[in-house]
Amino acid sequence: METAGPVPSWDEQIHWRLARGEETALAELYDRLAPLVHGLAGRILADQTAAEQLTREVFGQLWEHPESFDPRQGSLRSWLGSLTRRRALDRLRLDRTDDHELRERAGAARAQYVVDSLPHPLRETIALAWFDGRSYRETARQLGITEQAAKQRLRLALQLLATELADEEGES
Amino acid sequence: MTYEDGPAAELRHEAFRSLLGAWALDACPRREAAELAQHLAGCPECAEEATRLRNAAGRLSPDEPLDPAGSLRQQVLDWCLARRPARLPVPRWAAPYATETAKLDALLRDLGPEEWQEVAELPWYGGVQRWRPAEVLGHLTAVDGYLAPGLGLPDPVPGAPVAVPARVPAQSTPGAAAPAPEGPAAGVLARTARLLAVQRGADPGTVRAQWRRQSHALVRSAALRPQGGAVVDFGFARLPLRDAFVDRAFECWVHGDDIARAVDYPYPPPLPRHLRLMVDLAVRMLPVALAAVRPPLTGPGRVLRLVIEGPAAGEWLIPLDGPGTGGPQVAELVLDGLEFCNLVAAHRDPDRIPAGEYGDRTAIRDVLRAAPLLSRP
Repeated sequence: METAGPVPSWDEQIHWRLARGEETALAELYDRLAPLVHGLAGRILADQTAAEQLTREVFGQLWEHPESFDPRQGSLRSWLGSLTRRRALDRLRLDRTDDHELRERAGAARAQYVVDSLPHPLRETIALAWFDGRSYRETARQLGITEQAAKQRLRLALQLLATELADEEGES
Repeated sequence: MTYEDGPAAELRHEAFRSLLGAWALDACPRREAAELAQHLAGCPECAEEATRLRNAAGRLSPDEPLDPAGSLRQQVLDWCLARRPARLPVPRWAAPYATETAKLDALLRDLGPEEWQEVAELPWYGGVQRWRPAEVLGHLTAVDGYLAPGLGLPDPVPGAPVAVPARVPAQSTPGAAAPAPEGPAAGVLARTARLLAVQRGADPGTVRAQWRRQSHALVRSAALRPQGGAVVDFGFARLPLRDAFVDRAFECWVHGDDIARAVDYPYPPPLPRHLRLMVDLAVRMLPVALAAVRPPLTGPGRVLRLVIEGPAAGEWLIPLDGPGTGGPQVAELVLDGLEFCNLVAAHRDPDRIPAGEYGDRTAIRDVLRAAPLLSRP
């Protein structure tokens, strides 16, 4: 190792390996972040084929131009997330989607992105209660946590979501 | 649950507050929701938060985004590699292992806590192992570990690789049909038992991470030294690295499918070009198994033509009388490639598998019955 700094993060290692042309790095990157990229693309574009095409392009962009990502500027996860979102919205604009629809899709994607970024325990709790439609009691049982903990997680997750979304609306 | 009036009012207020998230997500039993609604009518503080959380919940989509289809992975990789070829590509013979481990990992990502407690059945010719998904991963880690030292990686299994007494390890189900393992299975089961002993009580996520770390490291090491000529000693067989990777891909697929059956998830078969490598390896190993059901004759070198149909289509000549294929072809056996692999994995009954059979019935039966002998736990 050339420097005696801290152990490089996963982001830094993958970035270095991508630049070096390691196919295994591309595969590991895909395995970790394809659900995020494909999920966001599908959310915004609401079209399976278009979402797959965009997923190819987003990973292709990073693989062809690894230098376009700078690990010091933020995480690979958020970089790929925002690249996906930007490109998906560009595509909708090309398709002359009207502004209202555009904002709505972007908003849904934003909520999804916030949920994806929640700490894992909160994300899995909200997934059971909301996406699977379970009561907080069943959720607690399924996760092996107390009912009180399940209630707290659901409340905290929604508070975080509300705050993030309010911040964003304040910005735009 | 009933609430009484009185000094407990503050406690009740706190209890209702803690329920607001579940309420906003419609995750409360109806009765609690009704009681909360009453409370909200008289408590502006809770009502304000309830509105805020309901609005946030309203922004959630009704369903989780779909996971990308498994087939997209190869498309994306191909798309990328066509634009910028890899300077360090994955060797052709390591590709099935890279793909199968990724496919299994994608399945594991979706397992909930209850599903990690399901017990998968792993049939092989000597019986059935019954393992939870994390134990299957421990098993895969232990056996993949045979490849590690030759690639300069640490062996994940503690203890020296010694010959082991033939005994049923603690993890196999008591009373199961499995005999005290001997031969090929003994070493594999003993390694598995040693690693499972270390992993006992570990969180499934930790076990999964260890397996995944090793599988990534194996593929990466193979890409960094792509000759594939090194020899891997499995204890019962020595295979060139390139074959060992195909063998491990095969087992990863078969056991991934075992887990998928236990949790009732779909699990697609390998890509055609990967399946073909697996079929080819099994065919090349078949003569060894055949010798066990059919004492080799110093005969005329008769052969059976194996015709594999389906996406992995191809033809192979199988020597029936020991090495050497110079003699007459006495039989032809036609099988689907997936079915053939399932037979080799002892996941099909050789007497019932649908096959086209022409010629010497005995030879055909011997080949069909020999194939499952290649299976291991």
